[in-house]
Amino acid sequence: MKQKTVILGVLGVDAHVVGNKILEYALRKEGFKVANLGTFVTQEDFIKAAVETNADAILVGSLCGHGELDCRGFRENCIEAGKGDIHLVVGGNLVVGKQSWEGVEQRFKEMGFNRVYPPGISPKAVIEDLKQDLGKKDHE
Amino acid sequence: MSKTTSYGLFIDFGSTFTKAIVIDFDGERVVGRAQTPSTVETDITLGLNAVLDKINKVQEVEPAYRYKLACSSAAGGLRMVTIGLVPELTAEAAKRAALGAGAKVVGVFSYKLTKKELHELETMAPDIVLLAGGTDGGDQETILHNATSLSRCNLHAPIVVAGNKVASDEIQAILASGDKEYVITDNVMPEMGILEVDEARSIIREVFIRRIIEAKGLKKAEQYVERILMPTPSAVLTAAKLLSQGTPREEGLGELVVVDIGGATTDIHSIARGDPTQPGLVQKGLPEPFVKRTVEGDLGVRYNASSIIGAVGRENFEARLGNPNLDLEDSVNELCLFTDRLPESESERGLDTELARSAARLAMERHAGTIQTVFGPEGEVFIQYGKDLRGIKHVIGTGGPLIFNPAPEKILEETLYSEMDPLSLKPKAPEFYLDERYLLYAIGLMSEVEPDKALRVAKKYLKRL
Repeated sequence: MKQKTVILGVLGVDAHVVGNKILEYALRKEGFKVANLGTFVTQEDFIKAAVETNADAILVGSLCGHGELDCRGFRENCIEAGKGDIHLVVGGNLVVGKQSWEGVEQRFKEMGFNRVYPPGISPKAVIEDLKQDLGKKDHE
Repeated sequence: MSKTTSYGLFIDFGSTFTKAIVIDFDGERVVGRAQTPSTVETDITLGLNAVLDKINKVQEVEPAYRYKLACSSAAGGLRMVTIGLVPELTAEAAKRAALGAGAKVVGVFSYKLTKKELHELETMAPDIVLLAGGTDGGDQETILHNATSLSRCNLHAPIVVAGNKVASDEIQAILASGDKEYVITDNVMPEMGILEVDEARSIIREVFIRRIIEAKGLKKAEQYVERILMPTPSAVLTAAKLLSQGTPREEGLGELVVVDIGGATTDIHSIARGDPTQPGLVQKGLPEPFVKRTVEGDLGVRYNASSIIGAVGRENFEARLGNPNLDLEDSVNELCLFTDRLPESESERGLDTELARSAARLAMERHAGTIQTVFGPEGEVFIQYGKDLRGIKHVIGTGGPLIFNPAPEKILEETLYSEMDPLSLKPKAPEFYLDERYLLYAIGLMSEVEPDKALRVAKKYLKRL
């Protein structure tokens, strides 16, 4: 499989950098080319970086609980920028309060995210899924 | 040529004046200075001979010079068009590379060039095109499309390619098939968040020396001077870098800013890292080059006097000027028409000073970084864009409006940090210097041959204000 490029970052007004660094390390170790935009990244920053690097996937971290608000329109903006078919992944503490995970996952999938992860997911699981998903896409 | 004599001759072929400075290398002093109107339109050597005559008269005997070096901003300067993919990313990186090479950027394009844009580009008739786009291994489609368009268009300027390296073989084939002159160099943005403009800058300079000097009819001057080494803004930038960084044997001043106010533009050069100076700041945006030049094409105290007033706002400008008897419109129109005119009356001097103050203030505002406050679940967060220049210790002023003003420090004060606008990261408490002898271009040229001496001469002649 050709080396895949992914854009990584923490969306919105959100300083949680630890998971971001761990995921970057794990992705590189698994052979991905990673453009890590760090914290406080806007949707526009993610998408512009994806255009310039011709990225295969965008991995959005959202830890502050505002994920639902911050992620709104992400897929539409990708379509607008000519990257409509990019693989979109989101994870972190996406919402606050007691909500059923199924409901949360459902809402983010409706927003156009291909994979939605709950808090505490291991980088390994995310990377395995990513390899599988991007591999499948190659055969489409 | 004899290299035993101790004098060096440094020439600046400007658009309005041809200037010459003679420096005694042994005594490390300026021994002669002259300027005459430029004659690039007719025969560059006429103005050159005139200025040499003047210099020789001062010195009585004509010395055999150790060096005869020149820079040029004549015939419109080094006019460049830059092309990238995303406006804030490779298109911005390419623009910064061109500015850092001393170019006048006449057009910036992003994404795939349309027919209309290509036509505009042809009309601009740049001296060099800088083609970027895509990180290494990133997008190729756009830069290939743009290379194809360029290869077919009616443009004879050399093309410097500094984009996605993976596409470079194909680009080479495309441009060769269109019979275009091109140079392939390193990507200005090899990875997201990494800006590498140095290689592109030096290639641009090489192309300038090899191609542009001849194309602009400046080659003839090289019978008299050894070489035209670089565009004038690049010589000033080289001087600024030398002054800041020093040499292995001669200490520099440290981080500094040069403010160059002119009739057509105002340039700011910063030789500074610009890292955040307060804790808790997050830095965003494209990384800043250590040696950074910005050019404000709308802030010149002659050709662009009216656009300075436009940028400040007329009422605001009049309030700052504080001269209700002056007919602002008439006076400004006159300045735009008679661009070599020096102020005569008190009221003309006042207007000139206010124009220079405004140009300095706005140019520094645009050059310096800013802080943006955003509110998140954990309270306020400060995000820094661009360079934090608050800690800068030296600000050097150059250019006619500063040099000929009776109170240049009053103009430079406008570049300072202000509590009224605390989010603009301008220098807080620097020392001011004035390049009162118009020496910086010569220092830049001199640093190419004898940097230690160049630095000592610069330190000696910069006037502390």
